[in-house]
Parts: sequence; structure tokens; C-alpha cells
Amino acid sequence: MRVRRWATSYAMLAPALALFGVFVLYPLVGAVRISLTNSTGIGQAKFVGLANYTAMASDPTFWQAAGNTALLAVVSVPVSLGLGLGIALLLRDRIPGGGLFRAVFLAPYVISGVVVAMAGRWIFDQNVGIVDRVLAGTGLPQPDWQSDGTAAAVSVVLVLLWARTGLAVILYLSALQGIDGDVLEAAELDGASAWQRLKGVVWPLLRPTTFFLTVMLVIETFQVFDIVWVMTKGGPAGSTELLVTYAYNQGFAARREGYGSAIGVVVFVVVLAATAVWWRVQRASEDEL
Amino acid sequence: MSRVEGATRPRDRLAVQHSRRSARGSSRGTRRGRYVVLVVLSLLWLFPLYWMVVTAVSPRDDLASGRIGLLPTTLHAGGFTRALTQFPVLQWAQNSFAIAVVAVALTVVVDVTAGYVLAKHRFPGRSVVFLLIVATLMIPVQVLLVPQFDLVNSLGWINSYWAVIVPRSAEAFGVFLARQYFLSLPDELLEAAQLDGAGQLRTLWSVVLPLSRPLIAVLLVMTFMYRWNEFAWPLVALRDPALYTLPVGLSFLQSQYTTDYPALMAGALVSVLPVLVLFGIAQRQFVAGIARSGLK
Repeated sequence: MRVRRWATSYAMLAPALALFGVFVLYPLVGAVRISLTNSTGIGQAKFVGLANYTAMASDPTFWQAAGNTALLAVVSVPVSLGLGLGIALLLRDRIPGGGLFRAVFLAPYVISGVVVAMAGRWIFDQNVGIVDRVLAGTGLPQPDWQSDGTAAAVSVVLVLLWARTGLAVILYLSALQGIDGDVLEAAELDGASAWQRLKGVVWPLLRPTTFFLTVMLVIETFQVFDIVWVMTKGGPAGSTELLVTYAYNQGFAARREGYGSAIGVVVFVVVLAATAVWWRVQRASEDEL
Repeated sequence: MSRVEGATRPRDRLAVQHSRRSARGSSRGTRRGRYVVLVVLSLLWLFPLYWMVVTAVSPRDDLASGRIGLLPTTLHAGGFTRALTQFPVLQWAQNSFAIAVVAVALTVVVDVTAGYVLAKHRFPGRSVVFLLIVATLMIPVQVLLVPQFDLVNSLGWINSYWAVIVPRSAEAFGVFLARQYFLSLPDELLEAAQLDGAGQLRTLWSVVLPLSRPLIAVLLVMTFMYRWNEFAWPLVALRDPALYTLPVGLSFLQSQYTTDYPALMAGALVSVLPVLVLFGIAQRQFVAGIARSGLK
């Protein structure tokens, strides 16, 4: 009887198990296998052991891409969280037009990364773009968004923030609206200032949301592809190269499938490990409460 | 005043909380200041989209000479006609639409069934299956591209819609969302159905599904959005330009046609409109669905 019930469960899971097994887990094993070869996609690939992984250690472009990816996470995730929380606080009370504001901030999140990048490219065009024209009009220096590495990186970060801060706004807004008004009122009666209430009452209550958002945004940051691919192709001179664009460049453009796959595997392991550690820390600190 | 109101009937409680909240600590002046900040921020947020529209309806010469201003001087259809006649933008849109609709149907069925079983059935291996599925969220698409391409190639699907539809129907976020939703359904309800003699599938179909409209709405919108916007995999899986989806076609257009911004922006708008319309219609469900996944 019990075994039959278990069989029903697995039968109902069969479509999902088949799809995930065949099209995700099997290719993942395949990627690990390819990463141990010198495959070029043409002819017989040779097993090279961990050579692709050791090659990364002395590849300056890999380290540049890794540094850019880490920097992007360190910069864009906290800014997205802060900006998102700030906007959510402004929208918290049911104000006239609240739904409209919410839609405005979420709109860039629902449109495709390719379109987001195309808009970014046009706005930050160093010859005819609106940003440089506005800067010129106010007498400020006009960065060469396409040929200067730092400026290119800044433009990518700004476009990325535009594209996904809406997610933080929505999640924080729902969390804020779920907070019991009595708790805040009690704090206020105790004489807590607005800032103290935010720091001492609201922020701790938002912790599950912050945790979820951080994980989501970090995972997304490690996988940002279309925005960079269309805006800068990783250039100029690798200054906006990320691990996933580099993996794609190596695996497809340079036809070094083994090396490209090895980079992808590293990204997967790092994200998985970071999430696991973050998860444990979160659980541990929840137990303290 | 709020003290007195706080004691009124429970169904007024929500409204009271809100009036209490806005009464508290926000004088008329700070509320106006808050509005100003919101308006400025949202204008900033909308600007790139607005600028795309202005660019799309401007003559090409205006852009090079910097004559394009905040308001278009003339309404010029050249961008749209060039995008639609010189490139198969409508064909790409049709491809995207066909792929998205079939993929959504498949994905929603898989997500709902798997999410339901993972939330409500007890069986050995349940948490392993769930963890494996969630872990796939962390696999960068790029690491799978080569082996997925080989697999799809050996199935003979390259240059067909199936190449894009089937491999992406394993959508971990949707399974996760569905599971979270079903966790909140009371077990008693399902047990009652079983006692009445309903089988597993029948319980899912006639008891659970009617209670799952919000979930299904969210899954429909989110999956459509993902499929419609997807880039890296269709870029690899589709070789024939006539089969490109809109994002792949647009990136191709962008690289071929670097200076014709009116045509580029016109093409981009064609691709943005359906998701914005869908999102406008289903905004409430979409927001509720995202929020549910982040709040546990």
C-alpha cells in the first residue's frame, strides 16, 4: 500500500524528473566530462585531466573576469537592496497612484535583457548618446562609455541596476506591508525615532526577504550574460568581461570547449558553495533569536 | 484618534492600520517631499523606455546631428518600416510567440504536478529530488550550452522550435514557486477528497487546481516572460535566421546595423510591447507571486 503510494508520487513526478534529468543533469555531467578534455567541437577530443582547471590559474583574462564578476556582485547587490528598500519605504503607505509607481519600477525587470542592453547602449553612446549630451550641456566631463574601461563598467552597472532593482522593490514592499502596525506603534510609543524603528524593528523583520533577495541577486549576477554581451561584448580590453561571457567566448567563439566548460563548472561550484555557506549562516543566526 | 479606531470591527482593521500608519509621523510636508522623490525617481526609471519611443519615431538624420530632443519634432515611421521590411522582425515575433505559448503550456503542467507532489506527498527521496531541482537554479546556462547542443543535435531538433521549447521546460523556479504555494493548502482538504475515493490525479484536478488560479496565473505570466526574453540558448540552438526568436534577431540586428538607432529601437519596442501588455493585465498576480516566493 505504502509502496504503491510512493509509486504514484514518482509517476506524477516523472515528467519533471525526465526533463531535469535529460536536459539539465545529464548535460551538467557532460559539461564536467568535456571540461576534462581538449575538445574543440571538431575531431576526437583528448582527455587532459585537470589541465583546463590548472590553466585558469595562470590566465590573466580569467582572473580579470573573476574580479569583474565579484566586483559586480559586491557593488550591484547592496545598491539594489538599498535602493529597493528605499523605494519600498516611500511606497509603503497606500498612496494615490501607488500601483502605477510599482509598475514603473518593475517594468524594466520584465523586458528582455537584450532590449535593456540595446537601450543602454543607445543612451550611453559616446558620440550621440543622450547621457553625454546632457553632461556636455551642464559642463561636466563626458566619459567615453565605449572606449574607456572604467566608464564602460560603470555604464553596465547602471543598466543592470535599472533592470533589476524593481525585484527588490516588490519583495520589500510586500514584506513591509506584512509587518504588524502595532509593533511599530509600540516602538514609537517607547520613543524610538524613525531611523531607530527602521534599524531596530523593521530591518530585523525584513531579514528573510533580504536573505532571499541576496541569494537571488548573487546567483543572477554570476549569470548576467545578455546585458554585457549586447552592450560591450566584454570589452574594451576585457574591462567588462564576466565569467559567463568569458566561458561563452572560449567555448564558442574560440572553440576551446574544454576550457569554456571548465570555467562554467567553476562558476557553478562557487555559486553553489556560496549559497550553501550563506544558508548555514542564515540558519545559525535564526537559531540565536 | 487611532486608539479609538483600533477597537472597531475587525474587517475595518486593515483600512485602520493604513490610515493610522499614514497619520503617524508623516506630516503633510514630508508626505509631499516623499511624493516629489517618487515622481523624480520614476521619471528617471521611465526615461530609457521613453527615449526608445522618441528615437523610434525620429528621422535617422536627426540622431547623427544631435537634433533629437525630449519631444520628437516630427513623427517619422521610417524606423518601423526599415525594421519591419529589411529584417524579418514579424517572423521573429511569430517564432517567439509560438515557442513561448507551447513552452508555457508544457512548463505549467510540469511545475504544478511536481510542485504539488513535492509539497503534499510523503515518499522516500523527496528532499533529495527537491534539492536537486533547486540546485539547478545555480547552474549557469553557459556551462550547459555545449552538451545541450550535442544532445539536441543528436535528437535531430536543431533548427526546430522543439530545440528551444523542450530543454527549457525544466524550470526550477516554477517548481519552487508551485511547491511554496501548495504548502499553504490545508492537508485536511486533500485527505477529505481521498476519503471520498478520489485518486491522486483526480484530487489534483478537481480539488487542488480550482484553488490554484492565482498560482497558475503567476506561472503563466512568469514563464511567458522567461521564454519570450530568453537569449543564450536560442542563440545557440537556432542556426537559421528565419527561425530566430526576437531577442536573438534583435541582437543580430544590433550588430549588423549599428548606427540606425530608429530601426533598432523600433524593433526593440515590437519585442517589449507584448510583455508590457501582459504584465499590465496580470500585474497584481505577478507581484503577488513574486512576493510569495520571497516571504516563505
